Amino acid sequence: MLWNWDYALSILPSLLEALQVTIYATIMGFAFALIFGLLLAFGRRSKIRVLSLISGAFVEFIRSTPLLAQLFFIFYALPQLPYVGISLSPLTAGILGLGIHYSTYLSEVYRAGIDAVPRGQWEAAIALNFSKGRTWLNIILPQAIPPIVPVLGNYLIGMFKDTPMLSAVTVVELLLTARIIGTHSFRFIEPFTMVGILFLVLSYISSLGVQWLEYRLNSRT
Amino acid sequence: MVRFHRVSKSFGDLEVLRDINLEIAPSEIVAIIGSSGSGKTTLVRMLMTLEKPTSGTIEVDGELLWHKKENGRLVPADEKHLRKVRSKVGMVFQQFNLFPHMKILRNVTEAPIHVLGLSREEAEQEAISMLEKVGLGDKLDAYPSQLSGGQQQRVAIARALVMHPKVMLFDEVTSALDPELVGEVLQVLKEIAAEGKTTMLIVTHEMDFAREVADRIVFIDGGRILEEGPPEQLFGNPRNQRTREFLSRFRRTI
Repeated sequence: MLWNWDYALSILPSLLEALQVTIYATIMGFAFALIFGLLLAFGRRSKIRVLSLISGAFVEFIRSTPLLAQLFFIFYALPQLPYVGISLSPLTAGILGLGIHYSTYLSEVYRAGIDAVPRGQWEAAIALNFSKGRTWLNIILPQAIPPIVPVLGNYLIGMFKDTPMLSAVTVVELLLTARIIGTHSFRFIEPFTMVGILFLVLSYISSLGVQWLEYRLNSRT
Repeated sequence: MVRFHRVSKSFGDLEVLRDINLEIAPSEIVAIIGSSGSGKTTLVRMLMTLEKPTSGTIEVDGELLWHKKENGRLVPADEKHLRKVRSKVGMVFQQFNLFPHMKILRNVTEAPIHVLGLSREEAEQEAISMLEKVGLGDKLDAYPSQLSGGQQQRVAIARALVMHPKVMLFDEVTSALDPELVGEVLQVLKEIAAEGKTTMLIVTHEMDFAREVADRIVFIDGGRILEEGPPEQLFGNPRNQRTREFLSRFRRTI
């Protein structure tokens, strides 16, 4: 029999447990990317030239090297660096790698959103004597972010689908779990098919969530 | 109240204002006229700290705007100093520049709360009475996009007034409006002028309006103040040849 329901049901709990690791890594990694990406976008716009050059170079460097190489570096090479070297758990290293990698893409998305806010908004903020911080927080970002929510959502789903890469630094996430199960029982069809379905279902739910958020944000104005 | 001393401004090689000297007395109403590109908008934008003068000094209410004195020498102002002096100035823009993501009431309360430190109740109370004054007491919960241009501009005026600036700048505030909406905005300006509390600097193409409300008209051409004087004199009997040409060309286009 090509598909064994009993077997499929018996491995489901293990897969769902591994799925939690995948979801956790995605949420933490994306939260990191959202914050760090915004800082990178600020850095690139900074009037302090050194800061904007460093931010720009960092974004270019990370974007033009593979995620997998970055994960290897963080997990295997970082502990061997003198002075700054720290050992991270596989999951922490994985979250950090995903977060840094995606933050560079998100910084470009933020930049597009910020650039799209008309100059007159900045001028009105100056004329009303808002501080720099208030201008960003109350005037610029609330206008810059709603239009880019769909793009951010696509990156969230992209990151979710990149989590199997964490298995390369020994994170036992969904795909690796499926492979381990398959190797033990010599049945690969059920575990890998179920992994596919789980990814599909969650990606679809996320995209519905993004659509809903987009609708909410746009109906405000 | 305001004093420009030998102020020049260049954008790259282009000199837009040259050696401007202008003094404005407290509660004086000055209208600045001149053709497009003459530099009149740049003049008020420097006073709002949106453009930095290339040379010269600007004083507001006895304090230098772009400079501060340190050990008897003039040094460029830092952000803290700019914010302090800037608080004496308010501005209304040609394109309104309301915050599109905030309702009307919040557009007007945002700065009093976060810049002046008023409580929400105080800020809302004053905002509502100011919006009523400009005839928009029934639009508190609307978004800017739901308002006509004239209504948006009246909100922008209320938003600037609740900050109680000593000097109000109006930069071609009716130029982006449909002709039938110009009157309602000018009416509000006239009311503010009649109160006589605020010093006003009005950049405008509305000659009849300037003549009616201004104490003094300043004609700028090619980056220089070519002529200034009381409205009757400047409109009735302009001394400068260029002023005459400008005014006659204006009458023809209208």
